[in-house]
Amino acid sequence: MTTSTLVRVCAVDDLVPDRGAAALVPDDGRTEQVALFRLASGEVFVVQQLDPFSGAHVMARGLVGSRLCDGVEVPTVAAPIYKQVFDLRTGACLDTADTSPTHGDGILRCWPVTIADGDVLVAVPDSGGTP
Amino acid sequence: MESKHLVVVGGGMVGHRLVEAVRARDEQGAWRVTMFADEPRRPYDRVALTSYFAAGPESLQLGDPALWEDPLVRARTRCAVTSIDLQERTVLDDTGAMTSYDELVLATGSYAAVPPIPGADLPGVFVYRTIDDVAAIRGWVEDAAQRRSGGRRATQVRGAVIGGGLLGLEAAGALQALGVQATVVQFGTHLMDAQIDLGGGMALGRLVRSRGVAVRTSTATAAMRPRRGEQRVGRLEFADGTRLDVDVVVLATGVRPRDELARAAGLAVGERGGVLVDDACRTGVPGVWAVGEVAAAAPDGGRPVGLVAPGYAMAEVVADRLLGGAATYPGADTATKLKLSGVDVASFGDAFARTPDAMEVVWADPVAGVYKKVVLADDARTLLGGVFVGDAGAYSALRPMVGAQLPGDPSAFLLPEGGGAPELELPDAATVCSCNNVSAGTIRGAVTEHDCHDLGAVKACTRAGTSCGSCLPLVKRLVGTELSRLGITVSTALCEHFALSRAQLYEAVRLSRLATFSEIIERFGTRASGRGCDICRPVLASILATTSPRHVLDGDRATLQDTNDHVMANIQKDGSYSVVPRMPGGEVTPEQLIAVGEVARDFGLYTKITGGQRVDLFGARLDQLPAIWERLVAAGLESGHAYGKALRTVKSCVGSTWCRFGVQDSVGLAVELELRYRGLRSPHKLKLGVSGCARECAEARGKDVGVIATDKGWNVYVAGNGGFTPRHAQLLAEDLDRDRLIQVIDRFLLYYVRTADKLQRTAAWLEEVEGGIDFVRDVVLEDSLGICAELDAEMDRHAATYVDEWRATLEDPEKLRNFLPFVNAPGTADPSFAYIPVRGQVRPATPEERLVAGATGVRP
Repeated sequence: MTTSTLVRVCAVDDLVPDRGAAALVPDDGRTEQVALFRLASGEVFVVQQLDPFSGAHVMARGLVGSRLCDGVEVPTVAAPIYKQVFDLRTGACLDTADTSPTHGDGILRCWPVTIADGDVLVAVPDSGGTP
Repeated sequence: MESKHLVVVGGGMVGHRLVEAVRARDEQGAWRVTMFADEPRRPYDRVALTSYFAAGPESLQLGDPALWEDPLVRARTRCAVTSIDLQERTVLDDTGAMTSYDELVLATGSYAAVPPIPGADLPGVFVYRTIDDVAAIRGWVEDAAQRRSGGRRATQVRGAVIGGGLLGLEAAGALQALGVQATVVQFGTHLMDAQIDLGGGMALGRLVRSRGVAVRTSTATAAMRPRRGEQRVGRLEFADGTRLDVDVVVLATGVRPRDELARAAGLAVGERGGVLVDDACRTGVPGVWAVGEVAAAAPDGGRPVGLVAPGYAMAEVVADRLLGGAATYPGADTATKLKLSGVDVASFGDAFARTPDAMEVVWADPVAGVYKKVVLADDARTLLGGVFVGDAGAYSALRPMVGAQLPGDPSAFLLPEGGGAPELELPDAATVCSCNNVSAGTIRGAVTEHDCHDLGAVKACTRAGTSCGSCLPLVKRLVGTELSRLGITVSTALCEHFALSRAQLYEAVRLSRLATFSEIIERFGTRASGRGCDICRPVLASILATTSPRHVLDGDRATLQDTNDHVMANIQKDGSYSVVPRMPGGEVTPEQLIAVGEVARDFGLYTKITGGQRVDLFGARLDQLPAIWERLVAAGLESGHAYGKALRTVKSCVGSTWCRFGVQDSVGLAVELELRYRGLRSPHKLKLGVSGCARECAEARGKDVGVIATDKGWNVYVAGNGGFTPRHAQLLAEDLDRDRLIQVIDRFLLYYVRTADKLQRTAAWLEEVEGGIDFVRDVVLEDSLGICAELDAEMDRHAATYVDEWRATLEDPEKLRNFLPFVNAPGTADPSFAYIPVRGQVRPATPEERLVAGATGVRP
């Protein structure tokens, strides 16, 4: 059973709608770079800042958008270096742009997010837990 | 395998086509080819000779020059063959050298015929056939202009062209381009009487006259006389006793085959000259062939044909036969379509209704200067031929239908704007591209069998439309129809969020005056729930930058910017940025250069000179960008927009202010252009260049807009490109003064901004504009679309309201929030960078190097 702790990262209003921002969160005793996206709809998503196709820490600088997948409007982010498109909800890569990942399996790690009292709270796995 | 030797006598367009076709198909290298050309240059485009005046000799280049680097090809220019020994299979040339051949092709072409008129040998009387002829005419006209301007009253140089056919009208256009008051003297009843009927000829005469060329028909020239007391031509005398004073005369009374080599060797020639050949272009002697205007082919009734397209067809037949094929020459397709001084003229098939019981359907509008006719068989349905003057829009669709029944009322094809004519379904056998003899079936096959799914692929596969290009609209339509039959949608949609193309979306946004993403996607998007993507958001940012300009980071606009525009810097592979301050025209003061150097040193940035004559600083972290720009702005520098689909640089040579050879101030103009167009957002990046003389040190013809100084002003070239598909820019206008030049560039750039597709450079855009450079010239010089006032005002507004986006960003704390490294740790630098020393600077570490201890860390 994995336990996690909610960590306040910033106020929702610190995030510009439809753009990303980078942040640091604790992760298994280290500090991890994450990318936060606040969509115009109000939803907030958090994924890894490391771009698995370039190895650069840049995902927060990608363009947000949406894609219709099986009738569902999926919120997306496009990697800034080579323009692969990812599902912000699951981290799945929807379009590899004919490239292969250099770091990991090409799927973005995602962090659960809670909005409370105008703050963005990210659920960080407790030390020893398996992410 | 020992290759056999093919000798081609004649270095014209048809000879060139033969060599090209043999080398394209001879994959085994079975043939090595030697081409003899008596002219001092490689084959060139004789049909486009008139453009020599406008664009210089290089514009006449034929095909890929790499052909002449091929080890199996040898071009002996300035070397005429003087005799052929059919027994020994050798040719003797005018250097005295003997060359043996396995197969010999005669492609010696024609002479310009000189009519037996007294005085035809006077100085000042020219023929119109070669580059040397054209250059000589120009020299003569320039001298004549000098003589005239020396007199008490400067008057225009007067010229006459004898012969009112195709060539004569071309020559008259060339004289007019040289500033000559030209008169065309035609023996027949009307112009182009070999191709078009009297009604068409009358319409053509009116159109030609309205363009400032005088025309005399039914006029026989009796003599050419010298000016009193002089040697050079001064007067024409006509059979009716009238006279015409002239300074220059061009003879365009036809051609005759250059068959004397063949006659001397004992080959059979036709009644009207020309080497007799069968439908495989073989002469009576094994191993000897003849092609082009020197050949009198059996399918043409043993008469030579003075057109290039049949010559090309013959060259293809011989190439096929040499490589074991069995192609035959079907006879000349004499269909013609051309633009003479801006007048469309076309004819095809039985244009004179000579078929018994043929019927003619005519539409004529003398006020608009239009004459159109179709000739039908006695069933009133089967198309036999046609004539078009003033509007040849229906030509490319109708010509391939010869012999087929037209659907519906034939007059529908003649009415303005198509008049609701039904779509024509071409038979597979119909020839679509007559230059390269490509049928509709071949084009369909390229799509269905060879997976060519766009126009470019079909052109490359079939060669259709690669010579004169007049059939391209038809090819495009065939490809489109075939693709939709295959169920492949040829979508011009921007992305899944917009069904409109970029150009359509531009017009929609411009006319609706909407200025926010939400409004635009709600009104013009494919679905209300769509949130855009990395394609449509930057496209809208670019469109809105022109239709309702605001700072890139203002409000909702910030959410549309592509990743680079959003931080006004260029992202590099490791996630760091490069910074490029603007140095207009490549000009920079020592103080500014020192400031740039100090910034680079203090921030540890790798420094490199760009191809656009400025300095690029690499390796800045996102959070460092504002501090870097504080210092650059303080030094008087501003954003170079190296990150944007926008004007990048205006490259210049040093020009007349310093250079011994410069004729105009190229740096001054480049600075002025760069300051006028800086910040202009466009479908793709824009690069300009200005050269101060014809030596072209700024390489302006490789730019989207290239300006080259002349002693009278500036020539402007457009749609050049380096990169993946290099393109020389094409001449748009000549000898402009500064004001007109800027007006022309303003209009060209904004017309491109309005109508290009996403990420389409000017070169690719111009290739897709129907009507090409001529159409664009009409738009920007003649205001044919009536939009120039709008474009002029738009560019004036752009230049007047320009603000440096970096300076504005530094003044706004809200915008500076974009540059925080971490939203919850604003003071922490991104620790993920690693650099390795290289040649006194740094570069990003490779993934392997990152694993080595010590490689991580910040710059030295």
